[in-house]
Amino acid sequence: MVPFFAYATVFLIIPTLVVVVGAFLSGGRPTLGNVRALTEPAVIAATQHSIILSAVTALAGAVIGGLLAYAVATAHVDSVLRRFVASLCGVLAQFGGVALAFAFLASFGASGFLTTWLAKAGVDAGPGLWLYEWDKGLMLVYLYFQIPLMLIVFLPAVEGLRPQWREATETLGGSTWVYWRRVAAPILFPSFVGATLLLFTNAFSAYATAAALVSQGSPLLPLAIGNTLTSEVILGQENIGKAMALEMVAVVAVAMTLYAVLDRRASKWLAP
Amino acid sequence: MSPRSLRRVSATALACVAATVIAACSPPTEDSGSSGTGSGGTSAASATSAEDLGGMDKLVEAAKKEGQLNVIALPPDWANYGEIIKAFQSKYGITITSDQPDASSADEISTAQRLKGQSKAPDVFDLGASVAAANTAMFAPYKVATFDEVPEDLKDPNGTWVNDYGGYMSIGYDAGKVPAPTSVADLLKPAYKGKVALNGDPTKAGAAFAGVQMVSVAQGGTVEDITKGVDFFKQLKDAGNFLPVDPTPATIESGQTPVVFDWDYLNVAQGAKLKGKMDWKTYVPDNAVVGGYYVQAVNKDAPHPAAARLWQEFLYSDEGQNLWLKGGARPVRLEAMTKAGTADAAAAGALPKVASEPVIPTEEQNAKAKDYLAKNWANAVG
Repeated sequence: MVPFFAYATVFLIIPTLVVVVGAFLSGGRPTLGNVRALTEPAVIAATQHSIILSAVTALAGAVIGGLLAYAVATAHVDSVLRRFVASLCGVLAQFGGVALAFAFLASFGASGFLTTWLAKAGVDAGPGLWLYEWDKGLMLVYLYFQIPLMLIVFLPAVEGLRPQWREATETLGGSTWVYWRRVAAPILFPSFVGATLLLFTNAFSAYATAAALVSQGSPLLPLAIGNTLTSEVILGQENIGKAMALEMVAVVAVAMTLYAVLDRRASKWLAP
Repeated sequence: MSPRSLRRVSATALACVAATVIAACSPPTEDSGSSGTGSGGTSAASATSAEDLGGMDKLVEAAKKEGQLNVIALPPDWANYGEIIKAFQSKYGITITSDQPDASSADEISTAQRLKGQSKAPDVFDLGASVAAANTAMFAPYKVATFDEVPEDLKDPNGTWVNDYGGYMSIGYDAGKVPAPTSVADLLKPAYKGKVALNGDPTKAGAAFAGVQMVSVAQGGTVEDITKGVDFFKQLKDAGNFLPVDPTPATIESGQTPVVFDWDYLNVAQGAKLKGKMDWKTYVPDNAVVGGYYVQAVNKDAPHPAAARLWQEFLYSDEGQNLWLKGGARPVRLEAMTKAGTADAAAAGALPKVASEPVIPTEEQNAKAKDYLAKNWANAVG
């Protein structure tokens, strides 16, 4: 346990304390000014953008990833397809950050592979400016790691559906619809919502992918925090950045509490 | 005790434990203290001119004894720093360690604070004006031999900081891909669709901030009231012409960013580098010549105080100033050197032509502009 606590202290507890204490300090004196700065229109807009981006990509990722997980689960356990998809998703779920952003730039950017290829074929794809917008390009890019992550975290739940339950439903005269409506959906629901929350926090806290693609206006909270720490134009706002970080901690804490509650409900059914 | 200072204490303790294994836990810069004492009786760390140390020869001697100089955030392709560093090394036989060449001005200060008292701390700074103004307490005043030739408003009277080189905000463009702009407003034309980039986010990068000020002046505003500048970028975005990509030499070379707002010396250097591959031209709008100077200062806690001061002497000598000029930057002594006939005429002739009196924003003007920018930039381009 000692290594665990040492690790948690260095990488979790101390940084959290730095953020929490820093959020209420300015020039070494206690203040509420940093927290009050969170009501600035620019910060409110960044918060809204971050929540919308995370919610939309979490929901879309959960629905698409969930369907994929079901499709994969219906395949035979040892089938090549299933093993292939599962390991592919394992890789793709971690394929975020600068590498993913670069892949999109190299494909859809103004001098990207697809853009020049389409131009040769006589189709003008335009300068590809949508790619750099948080509500267009970034959403698409985020789905590239959200969908595989959903598949990975949701697959065990789908696998937990026992064939006997379906047989039991049918024996009692229930149709497929009744099985899904009355048996499978209630069992899967907590896992599904829990996984969606996980996807939400995953997108909410992502920084590198967004930073590599969006270089103007800092439209998201993590980008706005980065700006307060590295700006050479507007100085002395580090502690406002910490207040924004505290805001993020609060949002993630709410999501994680919900997740924990749902996870407890789900494990009741899906325990091995 | 705040958690932050707690962390620093434990880090220092850890460093000392590690150091004791190798040697005693002593300040790593012990040799610079003794070598810095010249016959003038003042140690290099407190010398405010070469005379304090008994003249230029003594300074060179003390610096050579230190043998090392740490610089930070000096990209080799920025204002000819690559050649300047090489020239200094071979002239004095002092090894230069160039740390984090792509760091920002804010990073320079935070690195100096983090490494304070260590032999790897930066000796000298080359800072954007805002960061310099906010951190003068970290500088050691020093007047180079040519201090009097630096114009009054480009230096602190005590030599705490001195402007070193500067330039004018310009529009660099790929003449093979887009028509030559004849004004800032030209960039709204359809020929520039999705092609106009700003060198960074103006709430973050000094060059981009000056870009918005320049556009503001071109559109009839001022460097202080930049409403018109921000509005222009909003129009540029609405027209689909604004390309929200952070331009780098790589994006320019690959053709991703065909039009770039940046300092003229960077655009000129880019053009020289791409000669033969791309016709990269630099244009300074006739009605909007907005200038900006960088700031040179000695770190108060420089681990190599004599070498740091010798570096200043070198930068402000005719040789150092001409090297900047060769890189397309306008050294701070340019006027005096042109009068004396010591400026590199060929390099001076290659500078982009400017048609009107340059505006150099003051810190008060910048402060007002920043205030507006912080509240409105995200909305304009978001």
